[in-house]
Amino acid sequence: MSAPREVRLSTTPTNEAIADLRLGDVVYLDGLMYTAREGVYMRALEEKANIPMELPGQSAANFHCSPAARINADGSFDMGAVTATASFRFAKWLPEWIAKTGAKLIVGKGGMTSKDYKEYFVPNGAVYLSTVGYGTGALLGRGVENVEAVHWNEELGLAQAMWVIKCNKMGPFIVASDMNGECLFERENAKIAQNVARVYEGTKPAVLKRYGESDDRTDEVI
Amino acid sequence: MIPISLIQSTAEDLMDKAAIEIPQDYLDGLQRAARTEDGDLSAFVLKAMLENYAAAKEDRRAMCGDTGVPRWFVKMGNDATVEGGMIALEAALRRATANATNGVPLRPNRVHPLWRTDHDNNVGIGAPEIEYGFEPEGEWIDLITVHKGGLFGTDYRMLFPSDGIQGIKRFYLDSLMAFGKRGLACQPAIIGIGLGGSKDICMTLGKRASTLRVVGSRNSDPRIAEMEDEFKELGNSIGMGAMGFVGKNMVIDCNIEVGYCHTGGMPMSVHAFCLSSRRAVARIFPDGRVEHRTDPDWFTDYQRRETIDWEPVREAAE
Repeated sequence: MSAPREVRLSTTPTNEAIADLRLGDVVYLDGLMYTAREGVYMRALEEKANIPMELPGQSAANFHCSPAARINADGSFDMGAVTATASFRFAKWLPEWIAKTGAKLIVGKGGMTSKDYKEYFVPNGAVYLSTVGYGTGALLGRGVENVEAVHWNEELGLAQAMWVIKCNKMGPFIVASDMNGECLFERENAKIAQNVARVYEGTKPAVLKRYGESDDRTDEVI
Repeated sequence: MIPISLIQSTAEDLMDKAAIEIPQDYLDGLQRAARTEDGDLSAFVLKAMLENYAAAKEDRRAMCGDTGVPRWFVKMGNDATVEGGMIALEAALRRATANATNGVPLRPNRVHPLWRTDHDNNVGIGAPEIEYGFEPEGEWIDLITVHKGGLFGTDYRMLFPSDGIQGIKRFYLDSLMAFGKRGLACQPAIIGIGLGGSKDICMTLGKRASTLRVVGSRNSDPRIAEMEDEFKELGNSIGMGAMGFVGKNMVIDCNIEVGYCHTGGMPMSVHAFCLSSRRAVARIFPDGRVEHRTDPDWFTDYQRRETIDWEPVREAAE
């Protein structure tokens, strides 16, 4: 058993640094990262609100995250644990978002499909970083050096607001896509699928089928 | 009479403990899993999780940024009374939920399903859920809070007697495959299975099996206990580990709960708790004593009773 390679990466990474990443590398981030999920995407892309940051100059790292955090009466912030939310739900907005903001690092839970990576990650020089666990919220929280701002809290609420955080060796994250558009999760699924028939031996499909049911266990879920 | 202020302050402590402290039974189970895991990536994930639990406790910050959807299980001895009655108790639990959301802090996860309005405090219509149970004796009240993740790792299916045990296994494996890919359900987890009841009760049984029973507990029916051992082993034979990476640890334990169902059916539900199995329990006595623990001890003989009347004297003599 070999330990994965560890990499320190800026949230405004060079193309060379991105190209050097390999599936399964463990990454720690430095620099500014912002959270954006459905609320931010809808407001910025559908309602055409002005994005309250200079992107990608300030940050090329989009975290699919709602932190466990509060805004104090004096306007300061307290951020406890930080973990990602599942990214596949945001495929609808990501092509436009990446094109518009120059995001190079999409950080979230569960990854996207290799089709997504090939269609709009690779052409924009972007890769996907997955959080670990999931749920290393306390470790990631330790990597938050400062909460720089929270935008659109009034409009979207704490969970959907755009939090801007300063990362200091924040991690671990795992590289889940590369510049060939390969997908770490699909690679692992394919390996697991080879042995699954053995576990199913002797079981039988339910007598009553469900509408739209798939019995193909190599199918992806997203 | 149990003072209402004690109920609220205890409830706030429980919210804090559930979010921050991994229960010992689950931690022991995950440590065992980490020792046996030989998939490179899976092993790295388990190691990171163990470090995360330590960091959470040391910093007094939540284990996971998604702090789940807080809910309450209240169990009362038959002789318990609460100052202000049950309306006051419900208000105290709602207030504790809101205060702890801001205090710990927790993520305010609860929004209106259609309007997405957010009170930023995890309180709203039907939130937090408060469910009740009773025991034949005692003046105490047990407060149990569970903050389960809300989106992935739950399924239900109406099976039929002709599906048999092999059909049950099939749906169990199908569920674990679907939950486990890309690790969306945050395994390895305590898996709960509900068998029987009507659809809603089937879901309730399975959810309680995953959240209200501890690692290592076994159903009091020895044949069901055997199934629990077998299903744990089966789930860990898939070849899938943490985050859906190649590995051998998917199920930290498997708990099965049953309820009588329609003669023509065999409804089944499967639920995965998660890597941050957030649960905390306290028993409050009328004299002001508060005893904290992590085992909800929900499924007593009384909860699983089959008879019309409960005759504790006869039961005790057997």
